Amino acid sequence: MATTNGNRVDDADERGETATWRVKAGLAQMLKGGVIMDVVTAEHARIAEEAGAAAVMALERVPSDIRAAGGVARMSHVALVEEICQSVTIPVMAKARIGHFVEAQILEAIGVDYIDESEVLTPADEAHHIDKRGFRVPFVCGCRDLGEALRRIAEGAAMIRTKGEAGTGDIVEAVRHMRAVWGGIRRIEGLRDDELASHAKELGAPLELVQEVKRLGRLPVVNFSAGGVATPADAALMMQLGADGVFVGSGIFKSEQPAEMAAAIVKAVTHFEDPAVLAEVSREIGEPMRGQSASALPPAEQLAVRGN
Amino acid sequence: MLALQGDFREHVATLAALDLPAFEVRTLEQLDDADGLIIPGGESTTIARLLLAFELREPLRARIASGLPVWGTCAGAILLAKRAPGLDRPTLGVLDITVERNAFGRQLDSFEADLEIAGVEGGPFRGVFIRAPAIVATGPAVEVLARLEDGSIAACRDGALLATTFHPELTNDLRLHALFAAMVEERLDEAQERRVRAEELTA
Repeated sequence: MATTNGNRVDDADERGETATWRVKAGLAQMLKGGVIMDVVTAEHARIAEEAGAAAVMALERVPSDIRAAGGVARMSHVALVEEICQSVTIPVMAKARIGHFVEAQILEAIGVDYIDESEVLTPADEAHHIDKRGFRVPFVCGCRDLGEALRRIAEGAAMIRTKGEAGTGDIVEAVRHMRAVWGGIRRIEGLRDDELASHAKELGAPLELVQEVKRLGRLPVVNFSAGGVATPADAALMMQLGADGVFVGSGIFKSEQPAEMAAAIVKAVTHFEDPAVLAEVSREIGEPMRGQSASALPPAEQLAVRGN
Repeated sequence: MLALQGDFREHVATLAALDLPAFEVRTLEQLDDADGLIIPGGESTTIARLLLAFELREPLRARIASGLPVWGTCAGAILLAKRAPGLDRPTLGVLDITVERNAFGRQLDSFEADLEIAGVEGGPFRGVFIRAPAIVATGPAVEVLARLEDGSIAACRDGALLATTFHPELTNDLRLHALFAAMVEERLDEAQERRVRAEELTA
């Protein structure tokens, strides 16, 4: 799993080397084919684990409530994140504001398993993302297209998720972003080697990563889908479009029967290509979250445009 | 390749580098077609639930009882174990070992280390340990293949069952996959011999 993003924290301790690139990007490999669920309490976290979540995202409010509440959305309270870490055995992720490297330092000090530098929170820096290479904890970052994904990887992200439009329950932006990433990859595959440099410039991404995408035929890290998944069908759609797994935010705990919805989405992600199973699991769920059309959002309420 | 959840694609790619055919197993029919099975890294809580939900646990136990070679890496090793304290669903319970989940701590404690593995020639094997379990006890029939410096067991084998707490599929080192392929081959040869003998008897 060679990448050229300059991960520089290969520390040796008594057991071996920790925080290597392989170890950071490797945890994301273990989450593949799985569902990462937003949880706001320890009780939610236990419901998610019970339903078969591969990891949980600890935060104070799910994105749809962040939208409703307005104001500034920040890193979750430390005590809440710690409580969630203690209540489950699966990995726990937590969100830091874009560019807020001190929130990230705090989350690393708590010992979370992954940090999501997330557009769902109010950005702390409009020009710069966190330099993630110097951290021992791995990061996941959002993207809308290939260029954005590669810029985040260049900054040290060990996992990518397409952004979608969080808190809407509308899958349209998630689809747009996943298609854009794979469209970008297919475009690179069709280019001659001597055309990659000018294309890298166009993408705003390092040439080395563009070359690596051409060699691999995919992103050099795991890529999940996020922002809008509200049903097992949505989750399977994103898997069929090439996601390695899905994040589900408001879609679970804003639905009528969260435990059933969560378990059904887990099964749908495993059998994403089997319509008979998808029909079966879709029978077990109550009403999905009500949602709101992403295209009807005024520009100021669109989260995906934060950070580029 | 058991493909309910986890990094099964990396295992398939490693087997492909050895020119070995592999396919993903999610259903009973696919399981029936397998001559050997790798249970990948992933979340043991998730995979244990999916084995039950899709009614694969008992059929898989039956195949293992009749000699199916199985290799579990990390979460896969937990699922093979007879004892995995703290896991809230039953494992397959086929390999006589006790496994402690997340034995080394959280992600920040994940690490890489060189291992000497019995039966694997050609120098140390780079072990990638991610929120890894530790094998803390083994039954008398289980052969320990590798230990970490702190003495905890990182690889072991009992007959056709192989368990590793690390992830060879995240390295370019093909030696353990080749070892498992040899175990599958051996098993197929035995089965073939038995068939020939049975045919001779009935003839």
